[in-house]
Amino acid sequence: MSGAPIAPAVTHPPAPALPLPADWRDFFALTKPRVMSLVIFTGLCGLLAAPGHINPVLGFTTVLCIAVAAGGAAALNQWWEADIDALMKRTRERPIPAGRMDRTNARDFGVALSAAAVLVMGLAVGWLAAAILAVSVIYYALVYTVWLKPRTPQNIVIGGGAGAFPPMIGWVAVTGQITLMPVLLFLIIFCWTPPHFWALALFVQTDYAKAGIPMLPVVAGAAATRRQILLYSLVLAPLTLLPWWIGGTGALYGWVAAGLSGLFVALAFRVGLRQAGPDDAMKPEKQLFAYSVLYLFALFAALVADHLMLAR
Amino acid sequence: MSDPLPPIRPDSDPLAERARIIRERNRMLALVLVGFVVLFFAITLVKVKF
Repeated sequence: MSGAPIAPAVTHPPAPALPLPADWRDFFALTKPRVMSLVIFTGLCGLLAAPGHINPVLGFTTVLCIAVAAGGAAALNQWWEADIDALMKRTRERPIPAGRMDRTNARDFGVALSAAAVLVMGLAVGWLAAAILAVSVIYYALVYTVWLKPRTPQNIVIGGGAGAFPPMIGWVAVTGQITLMPVLLFLIIFCWTPPHFWALALFVQTDYAKAGIPMLPVVAGAAATRRQILLYSLVLAPLTLLPWWIGGTGALYGWVAAGLSGLFVALAFRVGLRQAGPDDAMKPEKQLFAYSVLYLFALFAALVADHLMLAR
Repeated sequence: MSDPLPPIRPDSDPLAERARIIRERNRMLALVLVGFVVLFFAITLVKVKF
């Protein structure tokens, strides 16, 4: 052993790990872009099908405000439901439950988007459209997310109203008034929402049950859900024909609506009148859910096409 | 659904990764702000015409 003492090795404590900040893609994911695409589309259709003219810049601003407000409401929804989202396979990779974003950031982001959208809509387009936009955000973030969703199996029915506002907002942005046609467009989406979501809930019900959300299949059972899907589909079909019947659209929309709704009811009958075993692949339910998305896109596209043809 | 986040390389420096994310966020924010300026300018032109 040598005489020189050996200095103890100096070990530095590891630098405190800085949590990675949320990527801009996380903020984008908060806005639920897939849901937003449907909202943008129906809002744009309401705007294009309305009688009258709107400057393209203001039309673009209207659709942008609808999209931004929908994104803000979605961020508020994810802020409130972060605990529930963490329990479900479909939602646990969202930015907050995955730990990539602080909860308060999501809340502030949602409030900022919603407030900015309503303010810009009011200043640029009109305060009636802005007021309906504000109601739609409050409806989705408070009435649906905070109040109804965790409390009643009818959450989807009343909460569906939030998604039904965009065509009405688009219409009112052009005309400046609420008439029967935008109310009918609202009612069409309102009655479309329950069969659309309950078809989904039938084949992902295990997840909803785990999260303690009183979805109709969880609380009332699959048979009651199937009956309700059929019931709402039977109400929806004639409702889609009303715009034609009151003279708000031409025959093109009427025939397309009749054909699309006929197929919707046929698929709903398949779901409504069957019983599924525990290992069932749930093919009719998946078909109805997939078709319901296509149905709404096609129905509103027909509304616009009809209006453009009549306007010639 | 957004695009999946770019994978973090196991050998990457966490501080560099953090700087990259913040830099990308700032760029996006700048783009959004520029977009707003252009939009408000266009709205103002339309409103003034009316």
